[in-house]
Amino acid sequence: MTVKLQIKNLEEQEYTINMGPQHPSTHGVLRLVVSLKGEIVKNVQPHCGYIHRGIEKMCEKLTYQQIIHLTDRLDYLSALISNEAVCIAVEEALEVEVPERVKYIRTIMDELTRIASHQLWWCSFGMDLGGLTCFFYGLRDREKILDIFEESIGGRLILSYYTPGGLMNDIHPNFKQRVKDFIKYFRKILPEYDQLLTGNVIMQERTKGIGLISKEDAISFGFTGPSGRGSGFSCDLRKQHPYGMYSKVDFKEVLYTEGDTFARYKVRIAEMWESMKIIEQLIDNIPEGPYSVKMKPIIKLPEGEYYQRVEGCRGEFGVYIESRGEKFPYRLKLRSPNFSNLSALNTLSKDQKIADLVAIGGSLDYIIPDIDR
Amino acid sequence: MTNEQLKEKVIAIVPNAEVKENKQYLIVTVPQNKLYTLAKTFKESEDTAFDYLFCLSGMDWGDSLGVVYHLESTKYHHCIVLKTKTTNRENPVLDTVCDLWKTAEFLEREVFDLFGINFKNHPDMRRIFLEENWQGYPLRKDYVDEINIVER
Repeated sequence: MTVKLQIKNLEEQEYTINMGPQHPSTHGVLRLVVSLKGEIVKNVQPHCGYIHRGIEKMCEKLTYQQIIHLTDRLDYLSALISNEAVCIAVEEALEVEVPERVKYIRTIMDELTRIASHQLWWCSFGMDLGGLTCFFYGLRDREKILDIFEESIGGRLILSYYTPGGLMNDIHPNFKQRVKDFIKYFRKILPEYDQLLTGNVIMQERTKGIGLISKEDAISFGFTGPSGRGSGFSCDLRKQHPYGMYSKVDFKEVLYTEGDTFARYKVRIAEMWESMKIIEQLIDNIPEGPYSVKMKPIIKLPEGEYYQRVEGCRGEFGVYIESRGEKFPYRLKLRSPNFSNLSALNTLSKDQKIADLVAIGGSLDYIIPDIDR
Repeated sequence: MTNEQLKEKVIAIVPNAEVKENKQYLIVTVPQNKLYTLAKTFKESEDTAFDYLFCLSGMDWGDSLGVVYHLESTKYHHCIVLKTKTTNRENPVLDTVCDLWKTAEFLEREVFDLFGINFKNHPDMRRIFLEENWQGYPLRKDYVDEINIVER
């Protein structure tokens, strides 16, 4: 009798529960304070800062070559892309023209990073929804990219491969062949992902029409990357403000207009195809030449302010540097995509079921170190 | 709109604005009481339509604290940088823009947390990364933490 009474009370009044900081579906240490009415989500308050390391403060006492290593520790799944933002900002400020070879290799590496990141997203998204097989499939294929990275770069996750002026070292002689083998393999494997998860009825039921966000809201929230493009917000910086080799390769910006979890899912799957297309156009044409320009050991940027935007795996990544002509930046601000995407979580999950909050969070693909910085 | 046209528009709204141009963007510094008016006009008028705030950074320029807004229009793809500052370091207060761009709500909380700048009319002005009882504002240049910051 008493049990029945309690359940009735829960349906009538709002109550608050904590999700995280230790929860498998938050993919790290994020705490969500969720207000519920029954099992309907009324309000979500994210609490960040569990791994705030003060990277922006640390950068004020580090040289530009050293800052590269810290940018790896933000969004560790798109480490190379964050490296590139700082490198391009410094190169533009000093008016250094990097060799063609560097641009080719950087673009190929960026796209390999993007595929690897989307593979990991796909496997963890599948696991969040209860499909454990996805996890093994995704990690199996990601391993092949990590092996390519390991051979050329030496690292697997924290790469620090780019430096202002070029690359740390040249690519391994096997690099071209291994990338070509991987593309051939993954072109065959990617349709399997669709067979396994995309067409699955349970998965579609749990994602279609869930976590809606309109295009206006997406722009207002700065909701970028594949998540924003699922709402029809054309925010691909590789198209809008091209850097590297992106202005010379043929690929299309993937846009869906539904704005639900399933649209964000489809964008990422389609982006893996586009990334493979970009790599195929570049891999045979890498020009010979030096892999780096000679730079001074201590770089001093001229006085002024510099901003560089790049397209990370989860959205727009930006570096804002204010220099006063010293070897350290006066102020360095990192615009992290995940932080802005997280701010839309409350809007996305309003009046959804609590189980769908996990699916919505999975479709945003947030990386906590990038939120907390 | 070209930078020249944008410049004219800024001067029409705020006559005493400082306008600079670097290789990338047009940089406009406005007094703190004019920023909200300028931002609102820029967001809402048809020909500028700055609907996307892609970066909001707090700044400590030594004698003053301030905020830098990077804006883009998703329709015309032109960009502008707005700056505003306050010389009051004890109790700095600026106007919020989170009713214009929703992303500003979190970004302004971050600035409040690390720089101690209060935003007037912000719906939820709390620290976001650090604990509620944290002393001081770490990204200010005069912040001292003898235990955790090791001077080299």
